Amino acid sequence: MTRRTDRIFAGGVAGLALLVPATLLLITTLLLIDAFPAIRAYGLSFLTTTTWDPVKLVFGAGAYVFGTLVTTALAVAFAAPVAIGAAIFLTEYAPRATRAPLAFLIEVLAYIPSIVYGLWGFFVVVPLMRSAIEPALQAGLGSVPLLGALVSGPIVGLDLLMGGVILAIMILPILLTVTREVLLAVPPTQREGMLGLGATRWETVTRVVLPYARVGIVGAIILGVARAFGETMAVTLVVGNSSTAISPSLFTPGYTMASAIANQFTEADSDLYFSAIVEIAVVLLLVAIVVNAAARLLIRRTGAAREGLLL
Amino acid sequence: MVVLLGAATLLAASLLVIILGYIVVRGLPALDLAFFTERQRPFGVAGGGIAPALMGTLIIGLVAGAFAVPIGIAAAIFVVEYRSGRWASAVRFAAELVAGLPSIVVGVFVWAFLVRGAIGHYAGIAGSVALAVIMVPIVGRTAEEVLRLVPNSLREAALALGAPRWRVILRVVLPTARTGLATAVVLALARAAGETAPLLLTALGNIFFSTDLLKPMAALPLQIYQYAVSPYDDWHTKAWGASLVLVAVIAVVSFALRLAVRRGAAS
Amino acid sequence: MIGVQERTPVAARTQVEPKREEAASEPAVRVERLSAYYGGTQAVGDVSLELSSRAVTAIIGPSGCGKSTLLRCLNRMHELTPGARVSGQVFLGHEDIYWTGVDPVEVRGRVGMVFQKPNPFPMMSVYDNVAAGPRLRGWSLSRADMDELVERNLRRAALWDEVKDKLRRSGAALSGGQQQRLCIARALATDPSIVLMDEPCSALDPIATYRIEELVAELAAEVTMVIVTHNMQQASRVSTRTAFMLAGDDGVGRLVEYGRTDELFTTPGDPRTEAYITGRFG
Repeated sequence: MTRRTDRIFAGGVAGLALLVPATLLLITTLLLIDAFPAIRAYGLSFLTTTTWDPVKLVFGAGAYVFGTLVTTALAVAFAAPVAIGAAIFLTEYAPRATRAPLAFLIEVLAYIPSIVYGLWGFFVVVPLMRSAIEPALQAGLGSVPLLGALVSGPIVGLDLLMGGVILAIMILPILLTVTREVLLAVPPTQREGMLGLGATRWETVTRVVLPYARVGIVGAIILGVARAFGETMAVTLVVGNSSTAISPSLFTPGYTMASAIANQFTEADSDLYFSAIVEIAVVLLLVAIVVNAAARLLIRRTGAAREGLLL
Repeated sequence: MVVLLGAATLLAASLLVIILGYIVVRGLPALDLAFFTERQRPFGVAGGGIAPALMGTLIIGLVAGAFAVPIGIAAAIFVVEYRSGRWASAVRFAAELVAGLPSIVVGVFVWAFLVRGAIGHYAGIAGSVALAVIMVPIVGRTAEEVLRLVPNSLREAALALGAPRWRVILRVVLPTARTGLATAVVLALARAAGETAPLLLTALGNIFFSTDLLKPMAALPLQIYQYAVSPYDDWHTKAWGASLVLVAVIAVVSFALRLAVRRGAAS
Repeated sequence: MIGVQERTPVAARTQVEPKREEAASEPAVRVERLSAYYGGTQAVGDVSLELSSRAVTAIIGPSGCGKSTLLRCLNRMHELTPGARVSGQVFLGHEDIYWTGVDPVEVRGRVGMVFQKPNPFPMMSVYDNVAAGPRLRGWSLSRADMDELVERNLRRAALWDEVKDKLRRSGAALSGGQQQRLCIARALATDPSIVLMDEPCSALDPIATYRIEELVAELAAEVTMVIVTHNMQQASRVSTRTAFMLAGDDGVGRLVEYGRTDELFTTPGDPRTEAYITGRFG
């Protein structure tokens, strides 16, 4: 009697638990099926052409891919130095009593919902960019040979640069948390060895600690990238959502793949339009799976203590 | 060099203070009784608020929880108590991948599957399904850690007394872990409460009071979005106010939880 | 490649040259009333002793007697622990390294240290590990000169033959005993006059231990060595002078006896030393 109840219970638990991999499979399969018409119609050019015309049924998501790549790259470029610098400061230099509070202040940023970031970005940062920062950048760098192209063009405030800025703030906590864990995982005997040779703290950090932690830091950055390219609401409020032109200027308004979906899904009247939107989601799905797997592998190799902090 | 590092740290640490500051300063003016009790009114009409959104978030969240909690805890039990080798790794690995999915992708999935497919139109329950997908890995991961903390000696003692496996789990392991499990659930709910993108494509939002899960339903993050993209300053203030409410709820819940866990651990 | 047959037993050698340490007139290290604390807890109490130059001094004692703490005070490593502090004086040559204004980083560059667990830098090659010290000191050497320095110190550490083809490999790709000899080469590379060793063999197997003991005896001709060890036989094998420390009932480690190794082990002056040596505790 009890053995049968045991089996029923175990079966029930297993059934519910296996819903998890089943759901993953279902998501992947369904999205692929629904995207198939568009995949068949456009092939790989979907990712490279930029004509997105729902009327003529020509869908090229190149501009969206470009926008995602640019904003994500900017996010990492802005956030990584700050996060790694702060992580080094908090692990090696900060007075012990301040370490936990400062880390807390940065890590809590992860709990703010993305819509709130979007709101703040739109009402507070965009005006600042439009009226002060971007004009200053244009004035200062405009005439520099290559860099000048990055800051050329009319200043609207809602642009790819702004998308990068808001994403940078959003990935800062995860970059900091993981980098800190990785730095703390460097054995103290390594630092001692360097200090015993007569190195300063900074020499110890640059010559031994950072090289030792290098792999884990790359993993942290990949996790940040994963978080950034899928981000929707914060970016959609500040990135412009109005142009499919690919230009070198960071001041151009643009779309990211996620913001394109969020802005257009209600308009998907034709089957092909629907399919094209789902195909964008498929790209995001596949990249997310690959990137996350890669990041976790790297971090696991450094023996950093916790992985389950990725909210 | 150290100065630069310290500056970077201070910059990062001050961001939170700055953002919260703006939320409070710009959101406080919007908070009045009408804000919490009325629905969105046409522009020009006085008052108006987020009441349907609050209700909607609650309903959608609880229904999502009803789906996600059993699955998440079952997954944790499966991995910890039954430890069935390859299947357990499959569950864990799948959970990690689902956790890494952008929430818009989850939204598109439910949009395609339920909104454009099974149900045929935007509906609150579709929003719950989307949130449930997001919540399951969070509940599962935390529940797994909590179950692993239950000392093996407890399980062995119960088994030695002749209790069958299922009783040991239900009557001994789960109750011992109940604070941690409750924490896992509440944390997942708090996280889900702030999600916008998946709800955008599924529940769509509703300016009217509605408890019908088969119709579009309002939710707090959606209401913030609607107020924010409108052309009216007064509605912008309401967007800030709604953000203040959302952040406050998440903060209070998370901190209350930490206190409860700490006190529970101390006793 | 062990070369055991070619060497005279270490114990015999130290007995053969007992006069060596008397020839050096100036003590290499003079410790004056040194006390060390971890926050409010005192670990070492009022230790004074003089270490002869170009000799091997062993510091022995049971766990918790403060011997490692004392050692780490000699190159200002102790103060790196948060809350740790020191009172008293330590003279390297004529200079008190704890005098105000003395740069601890500079002191550590003059004193070599080898740690209990071998800690070569895994992200650096064998070559770069040895070169790390000179590069930190800012020595600008031509490629040829640096090659020569690396080879010379690897030979001093009796490691050259085993790694000469592996100089570019990671410092961690060696066996435990080889790693420790690499750490010794690394410590020697800046030509310190003093090398401190904190239980350098406790993580190694007996053969690796033996080779390092041989090394210590050879190096004693050029460098003053201080070796903390919990192994009394090792102390009697390699050192010419031994200091015995013991923690009192108050938990503070104090110097009980200090003298020539052969005398301390055969006719100890203090009953506590005798008790330790005969294995009655510790």
